[in-house]
Amino acid sequence: MALSRVRTGIVALIFAVGLCQSFSVQATDLDTVNFSSVASATELEDMRARVARLAGEDAAVQQQALRALVEVGDVATLDRLEQVLENADRATRVAVKPIKTLLKNKLSLTSNDEAVRRAAASDLGASGQAVAVPWLEAAAAREPQYWVRYAMEESAALLSLVGEDPVARAAAARTLGELKSQNALPALKELAQQLSGGAGALNANNLVRSAVTTAIERIEVWSVWAGVFETLFRAVSLSSILLIMSLGLAIVFGLMGVINMAHGELMMVGAYATFMTQELFRAYLPPSIFDAYFLASLPIAFLVAGAFGLFLEATVIRFLYGHPLETMLATWGVSLVLIQLARVLFGDLTAVTAPAWLRGGAQMLAGVYLPYNRLFIIVLSIVCVVGIYTVLFCSNLGLRVRAVTQNRNMSACLGIPTRTVDAYTFAFGSGLAGLAGCALTLVGNVEPGLGQNYIVDSFMVVVTGGVGKLAGTIVAALGIGSLNKFLEPSFGAVYGKVLILGLVLLFLQLRPSGLFAVKGRHAD
Amino acid sequence: MRISWSNTSHPASDGQPIGVRPNGVFWLIGLFLLVILPTLNVLPGEDSWLYVSDFTLNRFGKFLAFAILALGLDLIWGYTGILSLGQGVFFGIGAYCIGMHLMLTIGSESVYGSALPDFMVWNQVKELPVFWAPFHSFLAAVGLGILLPMLSAWIFGLLAFRSRIKGVYFAIITQAVALSAWLVFNRNETNLGGTNGLTDFKQLLGFRLSEPGTQRMLYVVTVLALGGAYFLCRWIIQSRTGKVLLAIRDSEQRVLFSGYSPANYKVFVFVVSAGLAGLAGLLYVPQVGIITPGQIGVLPSLEMVIWVAVGGRGTLVGAIIGAISVNFGRSLLTNYFPELWPFFLGGLFIAVVLLFPDGLVGLMRYMKPDAIRSLLVKAPRAQDEARP
Repeated sequence: MALSRVRTGIVALIFAVGLCQSFSVQATDLDTVNFSSVASATELEDMRARVARLAGEDAAVQQQALRALVEVGDVATLDRLEQVLENADRATRVAVKPIKTLLKNKLSLTSNDEAVRRAAASDLGASGQAVAVPWLEAAAAREPQYWVRYAMEESAALLSLVGEDPVARAAAARTLGELKSQNALPALKELAQQLSGGAGALNANNLVRSAVTTAIERIEVWSVWAGVFETLFRAVSLSSILLIMSLGLAIVFGLMGVINMAHGELMMVGAYATFMTQELFRAYLPPSIFDAYFLASLPIAFLVAGAFGLFLEATVIRFLYGHPLETMLATWGVSLVLIQLARVLFGDLTAVTAPAWLRGGAQMLAGVYLPYNRLFIIVLSIVCVVGIYTVLFCSNLGLRVRAVTQNRNMSACLGIPTRTVDAYTFAFGSGLAGLAGCALTLVGNVEPGLGQNYIVDSFMVVVTGGVGKLAGTIVAALGIGSLNKFLEPSFGAVYGKVLILGLVLLFLQLRPSGLFAVKGRHAD
Repeated sequence: MRISWSNTSHPASDGQPIGVRPNGVFWLIGLFLLVILPTLNVLPGEDSWLYVSDFTLNRFGKFLAFAILALGLDLIWGYTGILSLGQGVFFGIGAYCIGMHLMLTIGSESVYGSALPDFMVWNQVKELPVFWAPFHSFLAAVGLGILLPMLSAWIFGLLAFRSRIKGVYFAIITQAVALSAWLVFNRNETNLGGTNGLTDFKQLLGFRLSEPGTQRMLYVVTVLALGGAYFLCRWIIQSRTGKVLLAIRDSEQRVLFSGYSPANYKVFVFVVSAGLAGLAGLLYVPQVGIITPGQIGVLPSLEMVIWVAVGGRGTLVGAIIGAISVNFGRSLLTNYFPELWPFFLGGLFIAVVLLFPDGLVGLMRYMKPDAIRSLLVKAPRAQDEARP
């Protein structure tokens, strides 16, 4: 018993030493090993034999065995390795780790999950192990998914870029240029510097140099365009967040001339409703449908925030019609109370786990990656706009809302219950705030101060957009959101904001009541 | 006690200029603040029940500085009907002006023994930024502390009022200004101390700020400044201009049609209120010993509005009472029940607007039996067409 343990320890030690040796020389002499000698039919037998030979005395035999191991490596090899390592000490484990990673990545290249395949490809690319080039090329040849194939080709080219053969290196540089690979830019630049500097170790080769220069140029031109596209996307994303927050605010402002300063806190209510839905799903429903919680939380957030709004209207707003400034102050008081209430009830910081189908993102172009959560918010804001237009123009309530917005007294004369319309509209606007809060959980934490983050911006959107027309709000949200993102790189976030305030102020010089002000006698 | 400076039965919001003639009560309060409080701080022994501690006196000095700001805010909101949610910015400019002067007078007493303020040493700023240079002089600091807020208010006022931005629009824009100012003051590269602000002051005009005597002197100066601000506001309100201001509050269009230019009057009153806010900042900093961006942002600016609302807008005494009482309540509550203060403040916002639109002053006027009865009867609904 004791003897066998000692024996295992020795095996592991030798194994480790052998590995270290083999990898220190691998980069130079790997090309000489003939990999094709491994027969696929007898793979398993061979591998077993090689593992057995690992315990051998001869160092050359060990190295041969190791290389073959890496080459044929499959699940069984990994298992074997695990078994050998079971009783090994820490140093051995550390020494074997790179080979394990290499093997794992090689196996993952044939995984069924494309995310796994892709991650393995980029890991191999970053590993610097030239041995992986043929694996990557083989995997790329049978890869159906474009972006996974992209990652494989990119990694293969990255690895051959640092190889010996100048023709292969030039080809790799060309490939990288064609792929517009952002990841390769640092490596290419370093190489270009080495080549032009005429460092002694590298043969300055015209072929490689020109290929590298062209590749760098191509990638840089592309990255400018990718940057523009990305900024554009961020602008649209921020605009959609602003829009979804401002919509409810704008409807209420248009109808009653009231800015609801507690709007941000109604968003917070929506966010906490989402959080509670998640907790309920986690506690009482099977895990298999957990990811559906987010869909369920959308209507829940809408209804809960709407109910809060209805209550707020009945207890506070109702008594302040015709006093917009007083309403602002009172609703600000409500917001303070709600924030503190949330802090007492939920503590300072909680977060919602985004459902699996909203994690990650879609690769649109090389270097341009669109996160699903942002896309979702954009889609949600479009759905909200469409929904609001439907409610306003295709429903009885909408007809009344429009009538009261245009002329309250005349509508009252014609028998429209203006108070009821107000109450429902306020509740509807609050529900939209709840939806916005639900969306905000995707991009940030759920915390009591959640509503405060963008709220002043959305007030500005409403004021810039003007009263009475939703189009104004949409245009203003797009404008302010895009300006924010386009000014940010050159001015920084803070001065960008200050500049936008100045621009809004100047804009209001031209149009004091916003973009699409209603003209007419009651406009004042 | 019934305050009897006005016998009119109309609430303030009906447009009656009230509280313009100081009576016995006013002078009594003035005497109490100016003479009795400091005397009680000096004369009785520390164990006497009459003794006013240095801390209390200092705290009152702070409240009275806020009261100066409240007067200005009352002028613009209570009398002219313009809600400014950016008053904290003007306060902040004044406060930072004197704060910069105080930083420069620290000199070699600073932690690093450098002539530069400590935070600049941390931030690796090698020489004093140019805009700090004027603040070596006390007079320049005081002058700029009042003039800079007035200048910025003038520019902003011209932009806003000329293009007839008003009501909710004006409130939102000023709030955005407060947010921007807060963001900018928080930055380190503006060389204003970043988030930590300016603090650790040692002396003012050669007097040690840690001495009770210096603080007492600052208190007396604050009371005198408050008195001066009060009489300035009173003078404005009683003048022809004051009547136009009230008229603008009640019907701006009619003022316009009568041949006046509301914009000019609004810019004027906005500038005056900014100057008073700057003055308040000047007096606040030496007494409190610190100014940070946190004291000038969106929430502080809103709190300032609530001081005036609680005291009773449209009455000058109300603004003073409101500033003192809300801040007194704040320092009591945050001391004993810190987590309750936001509830209280929020409740105050709602209650003042819903139940006591005329604030404490209005409440005191209601303290007659028939008035209490009328308070219980449901108030008539506001007119629908009173939209902005």
